[in-house]
Amino acid sequence: MKNNPNRRDFLKGAGAIAAASALPLSTVELAFADPKKNFTFAYISDSHIQHIRGSQFVNNWDRGLIRAVAETNLMQPKPDFVVFGGDLAQLGTKEELDHGAEMLAKLDTKTYFVLGEHDYYLDLGEYWSTLFGDHWYSWDHKGVHFIVLNSILTFDEWTFDRWPTAEQRMLEMAGLDNPNGSPFMVGEAQRTWLAKDLEKVSKDTPVVVFSHSPIQKLYKGWNFWTDDAEQIQTLLAPFDDATVIYGHVHQIQYNQIGNISFHAVMATAWPWPYPGTYAQAEHTMPQLTVPMNRADPFFERDATGWQFIDMKSGRASMSYNLANNTNRTVAYDPATGKPVDTRFQDVGNRVPPQIHY
Amino acid sequence: MTSKHLWFSLAVAIALLAVIGVSIHADEFNDADVERWQGEYMSVVADGRALWGSPDLGTNGVACGQCHPNAANTHPETYPKFQQQLGRVIALREMINWCLMNPLEGETLTLDDPRMIALEAYIAYERRGVPLDPGKH
Repeated sequence: MKNNPNRRDFLKGAGAIAAASALPLSTVELAFADPKKNFTFAYISDSHIQHIRGSQFVNNWDRGLIRAVAETNLMQPKPDFVVFGGDLAQLGTKEELDHGAEMLAKLDTKTYFVLGEHDYYLDLGEYWSTLFGDHWYSWDHKGVHFIVLNSILTFDEWTFDRWPTAEQRMLEMAGLDNPNGSPFMVGEAQRTWLAKDLEKVSKDTPVVVFSHSPIQKLYKGWNFWTDDAEQIQTLLAPFDDATVIYGHVHQIQYNQIGNISFHAVMATAWPWPYPGTYAQAEHTMPQLTVPMNRADPFFERDATGWQFIDMKSGRASMSYNLANNTNRTVAYDPATGKPVDTRFQDVGNRVPPQIHY
Repeated sequence: MTSKHLWFSLAVAIALLAVIGVSIHADEFNDADVERWQGEYMSVVADGRALWGSPDLGTNGVACGQCHPNAANTHPETYPKFQQQLGRVIALREMINWCLMNPLEGETLTLDDPRMIALEAYIAYERRGVPLDPGKH
């Protein structure tokens, strides 16, 4: 990144320069007309903390979350808040949620939580709620209306009547490519709540939705999918600036549908293939997306990371902090009305590790 | 008999001999055989699919399918290829063993272990239809 008097180191402390070469943190644009209105928040997602036995957990996934938390705490200026985007646990157990919660407790910033299917399908979010609260809610922050949805619900018959045990239900939903799984949906109760929640928000207020699954239909086979996506999109359509930020997919994705910008976040645990790399799949991946870099799959943290998000334009500018890969920024381009990668969007600027097949 | 007819008769005689000879000396196979062989293959693919989602291949409960849904991003059509991290040309089954040792924190399988063959069968089946492209990165 170029030196620019309007850019500042995003690290504090005397060791900032040395640390900057070791940590995947960079700089953020701080030049804006009204500094009070600008803010950043951090986004950590999909840590899949996995219990082995006793006090043992899968070390690889632990390290991803520990690293993201440590780096988030180094942000300077501090983010206004942190969002955890769901799938804290792998199989929704008390052990996994407690272990994950303990690591997240080290964040020194207010944290909001989104529910993922791996947190939910053992006890339908009951223990998760005792740790983190409501499954859906909204709040206002510096002129932006934020909404958290539980987008990983599915048909009642699948949830309540199909499986002999809660453990089996969890395992069936945990397998991404399991044909016994079921499509994600927000459902009528939340859609009714959302419509009411949005009634009081003026149409020129930026609206940002956090969900675990994409509120769009990309590939049903891996639940890169929300069954009632169009109905949520219709509720967001009247707003000038609407943004959906989602986890679940463990990869960089971005898209624009009408006035709605879509951004996926990275997992701290492991990356997932793009649906187009599955030779038997039919999918609809956004043409806009320049795929994430895969520099070295032998490196444990390859294609994992976390992100901070700058809201100065009323749209999300996503800075991907990637442990083993070139950091990426995907920002809304007012000229084209779409999110673009600030460095790699032109075909001529892409690099071989972005080729997925 | 014209020479044309002579050659024709000779050709028919040779063809008949060939057919009779084959039926005596080789194993002819029919649709039922092909179906059975396909069934044998698919049963090993099914074994591979079961192993793919199994927490028991390694020691930490991690399964292949956690990172590779439908065996995607395994690129069986590109092996053997130069694996830069290992500094030599390797076969796919060596990459399978790398995954068993590292993300799964387990032991390697011998290269002709039925479980190794089953994993390969499943990986190849999910990649069916993709042209061979050995060495590709």
